Amino acid sequence: MRHLLDFQGWTRAQVESLLDTAKVMREVLERPVKKVPALQGFTVATVFFEPSTRTRISFELAARRMSADVVSFTAATSSLQKGESYKDTLLTLEAMGIDAYVIRADAAGVPHQATRWVKGAVINGGDGRRAHPTQALLDAYTLLEALGTLEGKKVAIVGDILHSRVARSNAELLSLLGAEVWCAGPPSLLPEALPGARLTPSLEEALREADAVMVLRLQKERMETGLVHLDDYIARYQVTERRLGLAKPQAPLLHPGPMNRDVELEGALADSERSLVNRQVQNGVAVRMAVLYHLLVGREGA
Amino acid sequence: MRFKAELMNAEEMRRALYRIAHEIVEANKGVEGLVLIGIHTRGIPLAERIARYILGFEGKEVPVGTLDITLYRDDLTEIGVRPKVRETRIPFDLTGKAVVLVDDVLYTGRTARAALDALMDLGRPKRIYLAVLVDRGHRELPIRADFVGKNVPTAKSEVVKVKVQEVDGEDRVELWEREGL
Repeated sequence: MRHLLDFQGWTRAQVESLLDTAKVMREVLERPVKKVPALQGFTVATVFFEPSTRTRISFELAARRMSADVVSFTAATSSLQKGESYKDTLLTLEAMGIDAYVIRADAAGVPHQATRWVKGAVINGGDGRRAHPTQALLDAYTLLEALGTLEGKKVAIVGDILHSRVARSNAELLSLLGAEVWCAGPPSLLPEALPGARLTPSLEEALREADAVMVLRLQKERMETGLVHLDDYIARYQVTERRLGLAKPQAPLLHPGPMNRDVELEGALADSERSLVNRQVQNGVAVRMAVLYHLLVGREGA
Repeated sequence: MRFKAELMNAEEMRRALYRIAHEIVEANKGVEGLVLIGIHTRGIPLAERIARYILGFEGKEVPVGTLDITLYRDDLTEIGVRPKVRETRIPFDLTGKAVVLVDDVLYTGRTARAALDALMDLGRPKRIYLAVLVDRGHRELPIRADFVGKNVPTAKSEVVKVKVQEVDGEDRVELWEREGL
């Protein structure tokens, strides 16, 4: 694979190989010196046309842990404000000799387009509602740590499925790894179909016997556009201790962050032992190290 | 590739490793502070065997760790096929220890250099020894082994294959000739 845009064309073996590498990277992050020279001489650019803190920092840390040089571009402080196009921004960076671009954009398809403009590897850091593959990879890695396998496991994803690139990428990836993915949310926040997932407006149906539960952030603008009413959402879809009782005992709880405590998730649950939120953040760096290694070093072999 | 000769059979391998085990204990004046680190892949079973031999004649366990040097290779930007990264497992502190790095073949010295860099990132050993089953020459770096099972002068067109029971189902060292060079 030259780029990571989504999981189309990826095989289960390729994903498993990448997650195996992430396991080694996790160990690197626990060493006294949390750094290896594998990507010495490479330059990675984080190109964030849309604001993000955790994904950008996670990628930058991952690149630095591998000894790559990192340059950071954020739209708010850039020539985009002066009318420069995405393409010209990327071509300018290309002229500076970048080896890999981590691109986040509010418009779907920008990372795909970028592969036509630049020679380096392109990693989708989240585009519109379409995909957020490294988030899905770190979620899968965290679930594998907790459950051992995803084969035949029921994973419930709860919240605003319609606008969620995280739900879309997770449905694609977790089903590729053998999981049964259920997505639950208010009818106004459910798409007509989602490849790899079963959709239901019934939170109870999704949570029943679930091996793991992933809660998505409810975005304020959905309330402002009238797609959902906050009180109604909390009453019917907030993941609470009582509702989580429908899932298997000790089923882990994931959230991609940032979290609205006591909106989509009962605050106390976020801090409970079942919550893997901090583990997801830690694993994010390891998974992104593995992605950079797989895209920048050599070609796939045995 | 064309098979040329058997360099060591199972019994010769056993004797060489047994001798290395004795030499290590002698050099370290006992097993105090001694640890063995096997380099992936075949260095690991060799390190485990040396530890077993030491346990046999000294009656003391020597900790064994495993080291993968892939992320420290100096040719990662040049290679064609991406090497698989494997687990490094050193469940003990290296600081102040006498570390014996164990590998099957010593050739250019680049693997040993990468292993030294990796070890330095993992702790601060008191000293590091290098033990290899076969030293085939052709060094590209100023590195030498402290303990050697067998010195084998080779041509660059030749390949030394170490086979171990744990990985390959048999103990044997073979010399092969690369064809078409």
